[in-house]
Amino acid sequence: MKAIAAAALAFAALIAVALLAPQWLVFMSMLVLAKGAVVLGLVVLMRTGLVSFGQGLYFGIGAYAAALLSHHLRIADAAAMLLAGAVAAGVVAALLGLLLANYREIFFAMLSLAFSMILYGLLVKSAALGSTDGLHLQARTLFGIALASGTERRIFLIAGAICVVIAALAVHRLLGGHWGRLATAVRDNELRVAYLGASPFRVVYVNYLIAGALAGLGGALVALAVGHVDPDTAYWTTSGEFVFIAILGGTQSIAAPFVAAAIFEALRTVASQYAPNVWQMSLGLGMLAIIMFLPAGLWSLARRRSAA
Amino acid sequence: MSVLAAQGLRKSFGAVTAAADISLSFDADTVVSLIGANGAGKTTFLNMVTGYLRPDNGRIIFDGRDIVGLSPRQITNLGVSRSFQIPQLFQTLNVHDNLLLAESIAQADDPQAATDAVLERFALRAYAAQPAGLLPEGIRKLLDVAMALSSRSRLLLLDEPTSGVSADEKFTIMDVVMGAARAAGVTVIFVEHDMDIVARYAARVVAFYDGGIIGDGPPEVVLRMADVRRYVIGEEIHAAA
Amino acid sequence: MNNILSVAFDGIVYASWLFLMSAGLTLIYGVMRILNVAHGSLYALGAYAACSLAGAWLTAGLPAAGSFAMLLAAAILVGCVFGPLLERGLLQWMYGKDEVVLVLITYAVFLIMEDVIKLVWGVDSMLLPEPYALPGNFMLGGLAYPVYNLIIIAIALVTGLALAFALHATRRGKLLLAVIHDREISMAMGIDIGRVYLATFALGATLAALGGAFTAPTVAVTPGIGVEVIVLAFAVVVIGGLGSLSGAAIGALLVGLVRSATVRYWPEAELFSIYAVMAIVLIARPKGLFAAQEARKI
Repeated sequence: MKAIAAAALAFAALIAVALLAPQWLVFMSMLVLAKGAVVLGLVVLMRTGLVSFGQGLYFGIGAYAAALLSHHLRIADAAAMLLAGAVAAGVVAALLGLLLANYREIFFAMLSLAFSMILYGLLVKSAALGSTDGLHLQARTLFGIALASGTERRIFLIAGAICVVIAALAVHRLLGGHWGRLATAVRDNELRVAYLGASPFRVVYVNYLIAGALAGLGGALVALAVGHVDPDTAYWTTSGEFVFIAILGGTQSIAAPFVAAAIFEALRTVASQYAPNVWQMSLGLGMLAIIMFLPAGLWSLARRRSAA
Repeated sequence: MSVLAAQGLRKSFGAVTAAADISLSFDADTVVSLIGANGAGKTTFLNMVTGYLRPDNGRIIFDGRDIVGLSPRQITNLGVSRSFQIPQLFQTLNVHDNLLLAESIAQADDPQAATDAVLERFALRAYAAQPAGLLPEGIRKLLDVAMALSSRSRLLLLDEPTSGVSADEKFTIMDVVMGAARAAGVTVIFVEHDMDIVARYAARVVAFYDGGIIGDGPPEVVLRMADVRRYVIGEEIHAAA
Repeated sequence: MNNILSVAFDGIVYASWLFLMSAGLTLIYGVMRILNVAHGSLYALGAYAACSLAGAWLTAGLPAAGSFAMLLAAAILVGCVFGPLLERGLLQWMYGKDEVVLVLITYAVFLIMEDVIKLVWGVDSMLLPEPYALPGNFMLGGLAYPVYNLIIIAIALVTGLALAFALHATRRGKLLLAVIHDREISMAMGIDIGRVYLATFALGATLAALGGAFTAPTVAVTPGIGVEVIVLAFAVVVIGGLGSLSGAAIGALLVGLVRSATVRYWPEAELFSIYAVMAIVLIARPKGLFAAQEARKI
């Protein structure tokens, strides 16, 4: 039950931040949680041997679903927004997955990229959705309970923490048992999986669905944090960021995406302050360094130390 | 009681005829060996029976139903299992997990117990924790077959079970494999190039040549046929003086 | 009728430019199995180098027609310096890694190059309108079009034909085709893969830079012009079939014409249409229009 203990610890830390930390840390924690959730979905797919270059699609859907709730349906409830984000993304993933689960490797990567760019194109050209300016949103209630002005983000962080910790534990459970083995098997030798009587398509499809829903949750969470959504959430460089964080953390642990997201956000904050012109270069150099020297991600450093 | 019957199978790849009107019937609980030179059509036959290739014409009846057009996954679930010329394993999983996966997919009542039983029967216990990608070739072959023999199989197709295995290991492996198959009451059809193995383990031999069958009967008979000698086994160059 | 003519013409111009980008990308993938995201940077470098070289040429008071030669020179400089630099300096140590990892590596290079370009040329946009305006206009269906567009079409045609000839009719070209077909056998036959890789990458880089150099006079050259181009080039290459030159040509034509039509008749769908075409093609032909047949695995 190491996992539950770790999750409880993380949850407690998040609550502490939500209640006690200054606003900027609360905000950053929301971003870390959100991006970590998207990357967690990527990790699930990577265990199956697939890299999606288009999670921005679901991230964007989640963000805009939250914004549209407040804009068009006048629902300014954070819980509804989080749910809408995950469900909207999940529904689209359920549809697109029927096509995408037939592809592997480069084609899977490129097709997922294509669909995210389709959404980007639609958003940019759509005046009703705010075009390049995007949409503003402000949630004022949680489960119908009005939030005291100034405390909104703290409450959002707690709500987000609950959703994400539960999701992370569920994924941990899933990947630790038969399904995790099956995912690895599909990655290693799809043909044999079929010849044993299981369906690789089904495995990829379900994992794609999970990744989509998680990215949608992340998108909604970011929308709540920032109070604004725009088409860049679906742009391919956003998807690229998620892939970078996934590689940074590696696929060995459920906590890795969140730790990596935290490191990434911290670095990004520092870089935008002091060295905005070399941020992309630093990202690129960092990625190269990890690929060359730490192919299993930063997590492998922690394991080496504990093994030594 | 016929467990598998192929009727009028035809398959061509462009100008190459891999199967020219093949009709074969296999009874339950027997051991049959398919022999023939490379390109004669043996692996094509296995690929058609297991759904990897679709015959241009003909039917394949397993357990009373025509399985042409079904996918390998569906055919496996009906009870036809297969091992491969080049072992198809899950490289990054260890031996234990490879087997556990096979048993779990086959929906064994207690996959863990079934896995332990297989590890025992195939003498793989010593390798249980090793990743499949790092095993010696003979063990890889054994694992490949062991995975194919999970709970549901009633017909086992072995594609060159001893190819790539050293001479002294061949018989050991075949003893284990055949013992396990017989214990499970599974019908075995194996493709083989080593005639000693064929003679020792097969009750019936079917010889392929150029997409057709040139011999079908007990090993003592088929392995002595003139055509089989000419096209499959090889003739004596230096006749006895 | 005029409408269709102008849509067709615009489509062909766009396709020409896309072809230059995609030809290099598809060749590099075909030979080296690398989907080169840094192609976008090479395009951008070509554009910036063109601005600098041609700009300096024109500022020095030299004949304006020579600025075209400068565009070409910029492309060759970028392609034959940066191509080999990238290939020998980084990529050659990475062969053998998983295809998707190689994509990530070239993506990392792309990110690095984006900032390098900003550091060298600054963030302000650069303009080089002279070569575009110089050749004047011609009339097509009652509308005036820049002759420059005809030059772009000509360059794409010449390049395409030259590549096709080189690949199929010269010895070196056939070696390249052999490597595209089967790398391992080619090595076993004694083909020097290292040299083939280097030459291919340099060629691909030059083509990308050519695309950038000749686009420079038609747009404001800013940091980030490589970003959208690379995704478009991917779409074309995937539509045509990875590794197929004719695929790149047909794909470019298809995408160019579709885009031109949507810009005219359904502008909201412009960005969407190209990727929709890609999705549709992949549904019908999962590996692209001209993809190679795959051998049996078991």
